[in-house]
Amino acid sequence: MQYVAPTPVHRVLCADCGTAIEPNSANLCVACLRNSVDITEGIPKQSALSHCRNCERFLSPPNAWTIAEPESRELLALCLKKLKGLNKVRLVDAAFVWTEPHSRRIKVKLTIQKEVFAGTILQQVFVVEYVVQGGQCPDCARLAAKNTWRALVQVRQKVAHKRTFLFLEQLILKHGASKDTISVKEAKDGLDFFYAQRSHAIKMAEFLAGVVPVRTKGSEQLLSHDTHSNVSNYKFTYSVEIAPVCKDDLVCLPIPLARSLSNISPLVLCTRVGNSIHLLDPATLQSSEVSSQVYFRAPFEPLANVSQLREFTVLDIEPTGLAKGKWLLGDAQVALGSAFRSHGASNADDDAMDADGGGGADGIYHTRTHLGGILQPGDTVLGYFLTRSNFNSDAFTALTERPELAGSIPDIVLVKKAYPARRKKTKARAWRLKSIAKEAGDTGAEGVVGRMGGRDQRKVDEDYEIFLRDLEEDVEMRQAVNLYKAKTERKKPGAMDIDEAPEPSPGSEADEEDEPDFPEVKLDELLEDMENLGIDDDEEEVEQ
Amino acid sequence: MAVRAQFENSSDIGVFSKLTNSYCLVALGGSANFSSVFESELGDVIPIVHTSIAGTRIIGRLTAGNRHGLLVPQTTTDQELQHLRNALPDTVAIQRVEERLSALGNVIAANDYVALVHPDVDRETEEIIADVLKVEVFRQTIADNVLVGSYCALSNQGGLVHPRTSVQDQDELSSLLQVPLVAGTVNRGSEVIGAGMVVNDWCAFTGLDTTATEISVIEATFKLHGQESSAVIGEMRDSLIDHWA
Repeated sequence: MQYVAPTPVHRVLCADCGTAIEPNSANLCVACLRNSVDITEGIPKQSALSHCRNCERFLSPPNAWTIAEPESRELLALCLKKLKGLNKVRLVDAAFVWTEPHSRRIKVKLTIQKEVFAGTILQQVFVVEYVVQGGQCPDCARLAAKNTWRALVQVRQKVAHKRTFLFLEQLILKHGASKDTISVKEAKDGLDFFYAQRSHAIKMAEFLAGVVPVRTKGSEQLLSHDTHSNVSNYKFTYSVEIAPVCKDDLVCLPIPLARSLSNISPLVLCTRVGNSIHLLDPATLQSSEVSSQVYFRAPFEPLANVSQLREFTVLDIEPTGLAKGKWLLGDAQVALGSAFRSHGASNADDDAMDADGGGGADGIYHTRTHLGGILQPGDTVLGYFLTRSNFNSDAFTALTERPELAGSIPDIVLVKKAYPARRKKTKARAWRLKSIAKEAGDTGAEGVVGRMGGRDQRKVDEDYEIFLRDLEEDVEMRQAVNLYKAKTERKKPGAMDIDEAPEPSPGSEADEEDEPDFPEVKLDELLEDMENLGIDDDEEEVEQ
Repeated sequence: MAVRAQFENSSDIGVFSKLTNSYCLVALGGSANFSSVFESELGDVIPIVHTSIAGTRIIGRLTAGNRHGLLVPQTTTDQELQHLRNALPDTVAIQRVEERLSALGNVIAANDYVALVHPDVDRETEEIIADVLKVEVFRQTIADNVLVGSYCALSNQGGLVHPRTSVQDQDELSSLLQVPLVAGTVNRGSEVIGAGMVVNDWCAFTGLDTTATEISVIEATFKLHGQESSAVIGEMRDSLIDHWA
C-alpha cells in the first residue's frame, strides 16, 4: 500500500470576512456577497391588485378583467405581471404563501437568480405582499348604472317575410358572429343586436356586409362629456339595411341598369343572394352580378316574390343544348297545375282554363326556362304567371312601353321545381337547426325571429317552413349553414300541413311514391349536437 | 506597514506608481494627495520621483524595475528619460527597451534576485532584463495568465499571486523565486494584484478598497510586521538548508 496524498484544496480568504473559500469571481464568500449585493433591488416588495366585488374578477393590466381563483395559476400570472423589475432577473420559482382570505392580502414567495459580478449568479428568496383593493370593473359599473350596451346594430330588410333573417341567424351561428352580442331584439322589419363595445358592433356590421348586400350607416349619441380630460362617452348605432331582393324573386331592372350589366334582359330572376345579388335571364341563361355598392347606387325592388309563385305542370320539355353552369336552357310547354286536377274542383277554385290572352284555349303555354336539365314531362314546377299579373312597377311599365322590349316579356317565368308529393307527407325531418340563445322568458320556438312581441305566429311559422324547405331543396344553401341531427323521431304535425291539407285527388296514389330527384338531406351533412349551454331549444323547434 | 491610497478615485494604485527598495515613481496627478501618502511613508528613505512615461500617467504598468535598475519602454521621451536619470540614484541603471510588449510592468514581475516574464518576450529583452535588473529570468504564467506583472506582486520577503493559482503552481513559482507565495486578492476581491498594490521590502501601498482581511494577508505575506530576529534566522536557515539540499 502506498499513501497517495490528496491534492491539497486551494483556498483564498474572503476579502470581507476572512473565511477560507474557494476562489470565485468576486472573491467573497456567499454570505458577504449576499450582504453586499441585494439582487431584489428594484423589485417592489409590496403591490396592489384591483378586484371587482361584483363579478369577482381581477384587473389584468392595462384594462382586461380576468377571472382568477384564489391560489390559482391565473392569479399567480397576474401577480407576477404586476411586478415591475422582474424582467431584469431570472425567475426560478413562485408560489403562494397562504393568507387568510379576509385579510385581503396575497403573499407570493419568489425565488430569483441574478448575475452579480462576471460569472457569479446569486439566488435569493423573498416574499411580495399584494393588497387586494376592492372596486368595480367598468362592466359592472355600467350594469349598475343600467347602461349595459354601448353599440347597437339595427339590421333591417323591408320585405314581407322573415326568411332572410332566418337564414342570417343560421349564418351568424355557423360563423360565431354573435359571440360578443349582449342581446338580440326583434323590431319591425328586422333585428337589433346589442353590444358592449363599439368594435364588436363594427365587427358584426362587417360580417353582415360579407354575407348579404347591405348599406351601413353609423351614428353616435353623446351620453356624457368631460371637458377637463376631453373624454366623451358615446352610444353608437349602426343601421344596416339589407337589399330587399331575395332568392327566387323576379326582378325588373331599370333599363339603364340592365344596359350597364352587359345588356342583360331587364326581366331577370334572382338566383342567389350572397354579398352580391346574382341575376339570371332564364330565356338566354345570361347572368349578372350586382354588388351591394352598385345596388344601393340605384336600388330596385323585386317585381314579384315567392308568395306569388304559381304551380305549373310540365307537358313537354326540349333542351336546346345551351348550358351554363348548372343551368340548361330548355323550351318548355306548361299548363297551370290545377288544369290537371279534377274538373269539378278546378272550375270552382281557379280560372286557369277560361284564360283570356296568350296560351290558347287549352291553357298551354310555351316558355324558355333555365331548368332544362331538371324538369321532366309531368313534373310540377313553380313559376311567375306574368300575363295574369298586374305589377305596380315603374320599371315594368317602362319595359312594356318599349315595343322592342315588350315583345320579349314571356307569359310565364319558371323558377324552380316543386315536390308536391313529397310535401304531402308529414314526414318528420331528420335534422334540425339551432337558434341564437333566447332571452330569458322567451317562449317562441324558432329562435330570435318571430318570437318577440306576439307578432303573427302563423305567418312566422309559414316563413320558417318555407325556409326549411328551401334548405332541403338547395344544396348550395345548405352548405352555408350547420344542420344538426334531430333528437327524436317523434311525429308532430307541422303548421304548414294545415295550409296544405291534402285534397283527395285521383292522382294521389301515383304521387305517393318518392320523387327520385329530391335533393335529400344526407346523414353525413348533419352534425352531432353538442348540448351546450342555453343555445339548445325545446323539441318544438325540431319540426315545424 | 501596509497603507491604503487612492489615485484620483481609482483604487488601482499599482497602475500609477512603481515602488522598489531604492526608489519610488509616482504619476503626476491633479493633487498631491496620492504622492503625499508615499512621501509620508518613504520621504526620508528613498527618492520619490514624479514622472510620466511616454506622456501617460500609467507609469506602473509601463515600467519594470528593482533595486538595481529601471526598464522603460521605447516610447519614453528623451526628456522623461533625462528627468529620471537626474532624479534616481546613480546605482540605479536605466534602460530603454525595444520590446513589442511595451507595457513592461504587465509582462515583467521582479524582485531584486528573480524576474518572471511573459512567455513571449524577445530573447534580447530577456537579456536586457537579466543585465540591467541583475536577476535570473524565468518565462512563466500565473494561473494561466501570461501577464505575470499584472497578476502578482513580489518583494524579497514574499509574493502575492492571483487567487486562482493552484497549489502546484504556487509551489513551482515559489521554488523559482525562493520566497513564500500566497494566493490572495486586493481591493475587495480584485484579482489584479499587480495593479492593486505596490510593495517593497519594508512597506506596501494598496488601493483604498482593500479590506482589513486583505491587509492582514498582505502584511503576513510580505512580512511587514515588526518581526523578531529569531524568526528571521529560523527562516534563513530553512532557506539555506533548502539551497544546499
